[in-house]
Amino acid sequence: MNRRKLEEAAFKVLMIGATFAVAASLFAIVGIVLWKGLPALDLAMITQIPKGGYYLGKEGGILNAIVGSLYLAFGATALAFPVSLLVALFLQKDYSGNSWFGNFSRFSLDVLWGVPSIVYGAFGFTVMIFLGMKASLLAGILVLALLELPIMIRAMEEAIRMVSSEIKEASYALGLTRFETMLKVVCRQALPGILTAVLLAFGRGIGDAASILFTTGYTDQLPASLFDPVASLPLAVFFQLGTPFAEVQQRAYASAAILLVVVLATSLASRLLANKFMKYVVR
Amino acid sequence: MSEQKMQTQIQIQDLNVHYESGHILKDISVDIPEKQLTVIMGPSGCGKTTLLRCMNRLVDLTEGAKVSGKVLFDGMDVFSPKSDVTDLRKRIGMLAQRPCPLPMSIYNNVAYGPRVHGLKDRKKLQKIVEDCLKTVGLWDEVKDRLDMPASSLSLGQQQRLCLARSIAVDPEVILCDEPTSALDPISSQRIEKKLLELKKRYTVVVVTHNLRQAKRLADYVIFLYMGRLVEHGPAEKIFSNPKEEKTREYLNGKFS
Repeated sequence: MNRRKLEEAAFKVLMIGATFAVAASLFAIVGIVLWKGLPALDLAMITQIPKGGYYLGKEGGILNAIVGSLYLAFGATALAFPVSLLVALFLQKDYSGNSWFGNFSRFSLDVLWGVPSIVYGAFGFTVMIFLGMKASLLAGILVLALLELPIMIRAMEEAIRMVSSEIKEASYALGLTRFETMLKVVCRQALPGILTAVLLAFGRGIGDAASILFTTGYTDQLPASLFDPVASLPLAVFFQLGTPFAEVQQRAYASAAILLVVVLATSLASRLLANKFMKYVVR
Repeated sequence: MSEQKMQTQIQIQDLNVHYESGHILKDISVDIPEKQLTVIMGPSGCGKTTLLRCMNRLVDLTEGAKVSGKVLFDGMDVFSPKSDVTDLRKRIGMLAQRPCPLPMSIYNNVAYGPRVHGLKDRKKLQKIVEDCLKTVGLWDEVKDRLDMPASSLSLGQQQRLCLARSIAVDPEVILCDEPTSALDPISSQRIEKKLLELKKRYTVVVVTHNLRQAKRLADYVIFLYMGRLVEHGPAEKIFSNPKEEKTREYLNGKFS
């Protein structure tokens, strides 16, 4: 009896310890970013593009990178979303299910998920050279969409799979087709999970530096079209950290703080938006 | 009622169903009378639900299910490649074992079927929703909160909502798979009462392993045991004077 009580207590301590360690390291990251970045954060930083000598510590801001990152991440997520939804639905047992093709697709996606993002960047770069394209917003969006696809599809697929077969049967029994059932019933029921999938992918997209290193270029200007090169927050952090000037390094931390705020704001905003529909989810 | 008057709604001929787990239904041949309440009874695992799911082809959703024989609905073989399964399921509604509201509002749960089947007129939709909810005796309880999530209702109310949802697409048959097994006694009673009312307009088929419920509801009885059809006939005959020994044993509670 005592041994089992001890087990219970020890296991609880382990769980709390693990959770605490994770939470603490996340808070440490955010803390350091804010501690080092906040002093350098001012209005100019988020409203101006870099002026001459910005990277030597002179005036300006990183509006170019903020706008660039928003364009890139929203563009890539918007592109990846419909594709992911289609694939995720196709992988359900109502469609391809447990066929070898379905299983092979799932396996491929898991492998792609593990591929380092620099490989996506290198791949994108190769294709661009082949097509005679220049580094541009469009190329960045395409590469980021590719990067986001595996995580979005797999997370969506799991969320959709969790929808009970009873709900599907209720819809089928009314004389609905598979398509109607999937789109109007299953997707609604799986909405919280689908949203999480999109946000996971968005987070991966907006935070990635390596895949867009070669594909988007970097510029101090705001992009005027899809074919212009574009700046981004992760690369702004990377370049500013790489300078020997303390002030500019501080600005790198400030840029990272802005990136965190953008991700947080997107996540909150989309959850608020979706709450309107989520209240109908059957628990 | 006299047997001569009975019109057949669904005709089942030599129906055999195999699942991966085994031979579930064996050589079932029986007619389901129109606008009456037919009860399919028998012990758990005897194939009642499978027989029901053959009538609206929900059995298609079971992986590895093999069906042979015929189910004729209005003379049309429902398993023939020419039959339109969505049309079939629109004409043969279903009430599941557990209440299963769709992830939408109370109003939309009922309006969903007609809307998908092409009804766009708001006024007509509203009328259908109101009529169906009145038919199942839910209107007064929900008329002020039609846009609340359906899952906010109690289980008993949810089951009546599901019944309203299935009659909203104007079916000819309603199949019920142990429709009260998840409900409290009062809610069960309400559902039973509604089913007895509904049989005036629809052909109703109820699966149950509750003998007393079968006696309360049935006009016509089908008794299954281990995947075989043991006996079928008008309720009064089966309950008062069964021909088969197995039926007698079941009615006397030797097994259940």
